[in-house]
Amino acid sequence: MKRFTGHEGRSAVAWLIALALSASLARPAAAAVEVDPAVRAAETNRVAVVERASAPSVAVFAPGGQGGGSGVVISPDGYALSNFHVTQACGAAMKCGMVDGRLYDAVIVGVDPTGDVALIKLLGRDDFPVAEMADSDRVRTGDGCFTIGNPFLLATDFKPSVAYGVISGVHRYQYPAGTLLEYADCLQADAAINPGNSGGPLFDDQGRLIGINGRGSFEKRGRVNVGVGYAISINQIKNFLGHLKSGRVVDHATLGARVASDAQRRVVVDDILSSSDAFRRGLRYGDEVLNFAGRPTGSVNGFKNALGIYPKGWRVPLTYRREDRIVDILVRLAGVHAEVELAELLDAQVEPDKAPHGPHGRRPQAPKPGEKRPDGRRPDAPRPPDGKLPDGKTPDEKPADKPADDDAPGAPRDPEKPQLAGGRAAQPMPTIVKEHFIARPGYVNYYFNQLNTDRVWRALASRGDLSALAGRWRISGTVASGGEFEIELSDRLAIVRIPGGEAKCDLTGSLDQSLGPPGSGGLLVTLAMWRRLLAAGPKQFGDLYYLGTNPVPDRSGLADVLVGTHGGVETHFLVDPGDGGLRQVEMWPDDGADPCELYFADYQEHDGRMLPGKVEVHFGDAVYQVFECKRFAFESAGEE
Amino acid sequence: MIALVAVAWLAQFAAVRAAEVAPTGKGAASPSPGASAQATGIDAAQPKMVKIYGAGGFEGLEAYQSGFLISAEGHILTAWSYVLDTDYLTVMLADGRKLEAKLVGADPRLEIAVVKVEGQSLDHFDLARPAVADVGTRVWAVSNLFGVATGDEADSVQHGVVAAKTQLDARRGVYETPYHGPVYVLDCITNNPGAAGGALVNLKGELLGMLGKELRNSQNNIWLNYAVPLDQFATSVDDIIAGKAHAVADTPATPAMKDGQGIDLAERGVVLVPDVLERTPPYIEQVRPRTPAAEAGLKADDLVVFVGEHLVQSLQALAAEMKQLDSAGEVRLFVLRDQQLVDVVLPPAKDDAPDVKP
Repeated sequence: MKRFTGHEGRSAVAWLIALALSASLARPAAAAVEVDPAVRAAETNRVAVVERASAPSVAVFAPGGQGGGSGVVISPDGYALSNFHVTQACGAAMKCGMVDGRLYDAVIVGVDPTGDVALIKLLGRDDFPVAEMADSDRVRTGDGCFTIGNPFLLATDFKPSVAYGVISGVHRYQYPAGTLLEYADCLQADAAINPGNSGGPLFDDQGRLIGINGRGSFEKRGRVNVGVGYAISINQIKNFLGHLKSGRVVDHATLGARVASDAQRRVVVDDILSSSDAFRRGLRYGDEVLNFAGRPTGSVNGFKNALGIYPKGWRVPLTYRREDRIVDILVRLAGVHAEVELAELLDAQVEPDKAPHGPHGRRPQAPKPGEKRPDGRRPDAPRPPDGKLPDGKTPDEKPADKPADDDAPGAPRDPEKPQLAGGRAAQPMPTIVKEHFIARPGYVNYYFNQLNTDRVWRALASRGDLSALAGRWRISGTVASGGEFEIELSDRLAIVRIPGGEAKCDLTGSLDQSLGPPGSGGLLVTLAMWRRLLAAGPKQFGDLYYLGTNPVPDRSGLADVLVGTHGGVETHFLVDPGDGGLRQVEMWPDDGADPCELYFADYQEHDGRMLPGKVEVHFGDAVYQVFECKRFAFESAGEE
Repeated sequence: MIALVAVAWLAQFAAVRAAEVAPTGKGAASPSPGASAQATGIDAAQPKMVKIYGAGGFEGLEAYQSGFLISAEGHILTAWSYVLDTDYLTVMLADGRKLEAKLVGADPRLEIAVVKVEGQSLDHFDLARPAVADVGTRVWAVSNLFGVATGDEADSVQHGVVAAKTQLDARRGVYETPYHGPVYVLDCITNNPGAAGGALVNLKGELLGMLGKELRNSQNNIWLNYAVPLDQFATSVDDIIAGKAHAVADTPATPAMKDGQGIDLAERGVVLVPDVLERTPPYIEQVRPRTPAAEAGLKADDLVVFVGEHLVQSLQALAAEMKQLDSAGEVRLFVLRDQQLVDVVLPPAKDDAPDVKP
């Protein structure tokens, strides 16, 4: 047979294949096949599942039509998930095509650049089809799955492409490019994830959402799928959802300590910041970490996976062993980035740190600074100047890793085009998007922050309007340790009288030095801030914004968090999203110290207002006091 | 080559039909034939998989590949590749234990190798229990491709179907491998860094074959996804483990039994490359004309792979082998030339041969 080469070879092959195929199709029906009804049923079911799952799937386009990716709608009012590296290329306004053939305007809401997640909102409807979120921790290797999205931006008619496969691995860790696009605890699938699939849904074989696709491993064949793709787990996204809705740039969590594997393969603390909450809770160098946030810690990568799914500010349990003692603590997780770094991420180039290369390309072989050396050892990450440790990133067990191979499909490829935080200046923003977008420094979209601050305030106020009562407040009752107490709060003064004595605080001027009564961490100021919010409301409080949703100790579920700054102190108000009840108030006079924590319970009705029957005060690891509140008296302003 | 591709395409359609016609389990037409069936097959295979780390560490020459246990004492089957060309070969078992490994032997014609770790009662595939795939058999490809998993993290699992059972193209220069025997062509992208040496199993977790190396057809640039069927290598593996043909690598240098013992390759016209590396591969630098080596057909750039039945991976090993042989006898060598294994019998130097001192 003549030997064909190159182009000739390929067309000859194509010709031969066409011939062979037509030959097979032309075969007479004598070879008709009996198909098992179970097979037919499975096929019908699969078609129905795909049809159902296609409805909330979205093709995301940049305003000019060039560039984009995929997304999926998760609530009927139009909130949808995508990747940060997809929306970053689009700016504040996007167009989203759905399978019904319609194109909707969408606005950016919030982003998580480290984890590569973005929340957008499709506009114009309140009854969008919705993807049902599953529990991604129950997914197993070998489970069927499928991707729906817009690979290679093929969907000119907005009908997305579907690709089937199986889950190839769970709880996978993919190293970040710089500090971005870290896919911790992600799902690995061999369902095709190609450039354009980014931001789109990964469904289980029942059509429930288990992940958001965003990366793949690529090498000699360039950036096309070779059977290895990665999706951010939906459980991680559930942790971030409240924060994303706040319209901010959301940061990931760090423990403030670094772990490493010792010779017996135990995970031990290798380094710890003395300013971290973990240190204040008692964790020290050399302690063995047994369990983090409910997950047994088997390896350093396992720890990184367990940590990588949390936003900054969450409080999670940690269990450690020192000699023969096992200790349980609750740690507050700090942020990976400094404030300034976080703002810069909005302008960050999301392009992966290597140019895509063709089938025969070879990249320079010298390891870059910070990359693994060929002998497998990783140089320690340098300590950033502000003293924050990079989270949990250690010289770990992975020999000869190749961050070079993992790429983000669909990442913007043109380094010359400027990346504006607000989006591409060329396209005018559609009116409907303008109505849902407020630019403000430090926010991705301040509109949604204001929306949620107002929502939470309304829920709080619905349980008893105290806004007209801006005069003196008096609360009295008994303390759990025995005896009576009296609390007096006004705009200028806070007083607490307990059997041990009386403490006063002048509230005019700066408050960060007032930590009285002694041992309470600042109870007077905390009570004053509580009164300030309820009496003054968000507009008068001052600097108040919506943070997102955080867990409350000893309670299930998440609470809405408002953050207020006044007099130099920062106060967090945690509100139950169900009934609008204020559950907790925490006041930090200082970043590097424990806050004064107030826990509210036993709400009773007094004069048509719900007021707490019990206020428990914590500072550090101790309970300072428990106040049982019996009587409340509120005066209007001017009555003093 | 064209025939191979056409066969693969036709077979793919046949495979799809076969899967629809003969369901292998519940809901067979969907990629997920019932959670319990999948779980059993994958769960059976995973504990037997190992991650191998060795030589390499540059893009295109990754320092890792896959393997699987084939004996309770720790024999591991993997692909014969540059990764094994090191004294510091490390293996991670599925439970995360990191062990030193030694190369037991290899069969370069099949491109398979056996390495060994110290162990007992290790979960392993039994090569004596043959499982055969047909076109259309649904398979799992289990490997550590791209080195995604580390420590005790499970290997990656890809789903696929055997698209064809056929011979790897025997014409020289098409594929960079001396193996031209039967292969399973797979509808599954196994042709990826680190996948070589992985396990091809059926849905029950029974071993069907070993995932092959990254091969590209030089004529049409198609990267081939294939596995070497179990029945092709089972005998060779037994021989390697038993210390028989294709056995023991790198025998330590032993002193000559007496003066005059041992073959002097230089005398026979072979000039080897200088021994400058820790383990210099035994390449022939040049072959002097009108010498036994030249007449035997040896050429410059040949890589000596076997001396008789013994694998040699370095100049030192080659020298050690030569010392064991009768200086006046002939020696059978296998050399690698243009990715083909060539069989050469090197006769002794003739008494009236011209002076061949280097």
